Amino acid sequence: MLQEDALRAIYPRLKKQIVVTSLGTVAIELYNLGHRPNFFYLEHGMGLASSMGLGLALSLPERPVTILEGDASLLMNLGTLSTMARYGPPNLTHIIFDNESLLSPGGFPSATSDGTDLAGVARESGIRHVTKADTVEAVEEAYAAAAERPALSVIHSKVEAVGPDFHVMGIGLLEVRFGFARHLQGGQP
Amino acid sequence: MPVSSVNSQIIYDALKDAGVSIISALPETWLVHLVGMADADPEVTLVRLNKEEEGVGISAGAHLAGRKSAMLMQNHGLLTSVNGIVSLAQLYRIPLLMLVSYRGEMGERDPWQTEGGLVTERVLDALGIMYRKMSDPALAARDIRQAQTLAESSLRPVALLLTRELMWEE
Repeated sequence: MLQEDALRAIYPRLKKQIVVTSLGTVAIELYNLGHRPNFFYLEHGMGLASSMGLGLALSLPERPVTILEGDASLLMNLGTLSTMARYGPPNLTHIIFDNESLLSPGGFPSATSDGTDLAGVARESGIRHVTKADTVEAVEEAYAAAAERPALSVIHSKVEAVGPDFHVMGIGLLEVRFGFARHLQGGQP
Repeated sequence: MPVSSVNSQIIYDALKDAGVSIISALPETWLVHLVGMADADPEVTLVRLNKEEEGVGISAGAHLAGRKSAMLMQNHGLLTSVNGIVSLAQLYRIPLLMLVSYRGEMGERDPWQTEGGLVTERVLDALGIMYRKMSDPALAARDIRQAQTLAESSLRPVALLLTRELMWEE
């Protein structure tokens, strides 16, 4: 499965969510589908997209929050899964796109290529709703189920290690940041 | 335990007066009362962390959502948070109110704290983080109010170093 195809399939739902992505292909591919003020791309601070998503979900308990994170980013901050499990915000969904690679810096294999099972880590960290979804249809179905479920959900998807050659967005990172804050806080542009 | 509960209460009340409603923390001896107060307070969301750097993400999410947060950590937690501070908070202009217990300074008996004490202020200087050492309980409320005001106006991290004189009674 291509990560891009999975993102395209769930994009209609993502439009209605507060979305935080990790850096790399997941950020640029979501941006290429169409930027929205409810999307935030954490283009550095590797490992912290999930902590940000947790902070957002705890701060805005009435609004649905989705984290889109690559395997290498999550591997850098595995403790986040047990922190998420501990607080379990029901409005939070964490989608892990696992291409078994640090693709952006040149395609180095990540630890998931040698057997680390991030769905297993999530489950054993105490997260009850962990779904493996390795086809576009399965991702769509799992994400729809997560949206309906008043519980923290994790979706783990294996994707091909391919992505766009060009990683620069046509929008500045501070422009994204201030637009996102304004959107969340209900201010006018 | 000779951690000052009176001064911890003064600090906690000042955080509440400043409108802080999310506190992230990793337990540390000097912070034991502050963490307990946050845990017992239904108006505050306490997020107990596995590693202090997670707290940068928690505070970033809270700030963008319009909520005021604070981070409780030891100075070694500050050291372990440096990339998050630089590559999230400073890159994205996120205010952080960091309350840092200042171990390894004058009077420290634990040998393992001393290297961290040696470098704490120099690391803050290198990061361009404004900080103040808090030692007088009579000024604690002012120190917290002013630190938060600066963090919010500058959209940058600000640190308050909680000294032995403030936190420890012996």
